[in-house]
Amino acid sequence: MKKDLLLFTGFSTLVMLAPQLFSGGYLMNVLVFVGINTMLAIALNLLLGYAGQISLGHAGFFGLGAYLSGILTTTYSLNPWVAMPTAAIVVGFLAGIIGFPILKLKGHYLAMATLGLGIIIFIVFNETVELTGGPSGLSGIPNLKLAGISFDSDVKNYYLIWGFTLAVMLFSLNLSNSRIGRALRAVHDSEVAAQVLGVNARLLKVQIFALSAVISSLAGSLYAHTMTFVSPASFGFNFSIELLTMVVIGGLGSIYGSFLGAALLTLLPEFLRGANDYDIIIYGGLLMVMVMYMPGGLVRGIPALFRKIVVKGKAGNA
Amino acid sequence: MLEVSAITQIFGGVTALDTVSFSVAKGDITGVIGPNGAGKTTLFNIISGIYRQSAGTVLLEGKDVTGLPPERLARLAMVRTFQNIELFGAMTVLENVMVGMHTKSSSGLLACALKMPWSISEERRIREGAIKWLEFTGIIDLADHTAGNLPFGKGRLLEIARALAVEPRIILMDEPAAGLNSQETLGLAQLIKRIRDLGITVVLVEHDMELVMDICDRIVVLNLGKKLAEGTPREIQESPEVIAAYLGDDD
Repeated sequence: MKKDLLLFTGFSTLVMLAPQLFSGGYLMNVLVFVGINTMLAIALNLLLGYAGQISLGHAGFFGLGAYLSGILTTTYSLNPWVAMPTAAIVVGFLAGIIGFPILKLKGHYLAMATLGLGIIIFIVFNETVELTGGPSGLSGIPNLKLAGISFDSDVKNYYLIWGFTLAVMLFSLNLSNSRIGRALRAVHDSEVAAQVLGVNARLLKVQIFALSAVISSLAGSLYAHTMTFVSPASFGFNFSIELLTMVVIGGLGSIYGSFLGAALLTLLPEFLRGANDYDIIIYGGLLMVMVMYMPGGLVRGIPALFRKIVVKGKAGNA
Repeated sequence: MLEVSAITQIFGGVTALDTVSFSVAKGDITGVIGPNGAGKTTLFNIISGIYRQSAGTVLLEGKDVTGLPPERLARLAMVRTFQNIELFGAMTVLENVMVGMHTKSSSGLLACALKMPWSISEERRIREGAIKWLEFTGIIDLADHTAGNLPFGKGRLLEIARALAVEPRIILMDEPAAGLNSQETLGLAQLIKRIRDLGITVVLVEHDMELVMDICDRIVVLNLGKKLAEGTPREIQESPEVIAAYLGDDD
């Protein structure tokens, strides 16, 4: 328990100091995306890594949060701080209602159903032009303001997004080490045994699906208010798959793993930009190698690699 | 304590159980025996709410619990173990037993995630309770091991510890001695008696006749989906029908 607290404090300190260590608006902007993607990866990981339930439609919940926030603050001139929780509550309810029938499905069938859900949401963004602006998107979304500070610069946005990201991380870490987190992992390992011990697996799965959608919606709202513009292209099927990749590459069932996965998949394309047309090949190749040699994800693979090197180094000295 | 009446289960065209009735007295150890395919595990799956029977009722402490899902039965203090132990393999031994305390705790999702004061004290109580059951079953030294890495015999003990954490008034055990060596089986017999001494009613399906005859107060014999006989171990041993079913008729 003490170790967990120390790790989180250390991590938070690093996050808060980062703008002092690095500079440049572009990098800050990329790190804002790392934060948003970390929240999304954690949301999906709670569902996939802990409860063992797949979703290929999470970009849809992310988009719903972004669009609801956008529409409420532009068309209906609501305060962003009111729009954000409103969007989260609506999305949470929606996920709860859809979750009840959908989560009866298992494995491939659940994957197909959530895939369909994501696609339907994507189509709605494109087709309800008078509401969402259609394919050309929705612009003029206001920035968040707090105590006279408007979050309109890269550094300010960095602190805003990472404040929320750290809160989501702490929330999820606490959850995973609680009776609910254990019940989720139990359902993952043996649903029938969990039920026999009194865990209402069905209800729990719906709850975590709704929670996952709420966190995704929150990330979506924050995205909308920092970018001030949203368009359907950001919330398509591709992005759902990218989120899934972050969770798996980072490490299933690990909150820090979700950060590592989100960081890698967000930063890697930036670093590979110099490789011109080969970037996508290197990117794909790296992911393949990582899945092959680090099946437990970065969060387990890196320490294992480190131990190997240290042990080899010691053996070499002796 | 437990009253099973006229349970019938038809799978496709096959009658797996045919109007099976028996009752289990409070505080007894009752054994359900029978040759392979007699329908013992099917019967257990029905009583524990995993299957829904074609006909018949189950009364638990006088209450009709027919068709209730397993998680509801756990709250009515009935729990079971599985023949091919169903552990939470990725979790530690201690965490496995802590899941057993699920019905004895109530903090919701938000209370847990926000670490509310009551959820912290509840967490401490869950941990202490789980440790108590690991001590009872004698595997406290394995508390921090990953459950998936346990040897089979220890896994069996863990499954029992986890079931006891539910604080059941009745526990169903599906072939608890399966896969155990003779030493472990002896330990298991002692453990089952100690569970009974806690006031918990025990029902077990078992193939190990020595174990059954040693610890059971009453025995129900199934054969080909029907109840063949019911009585004390001595009565069963002397019953000509039972002897015929096990050794074959000489016709």
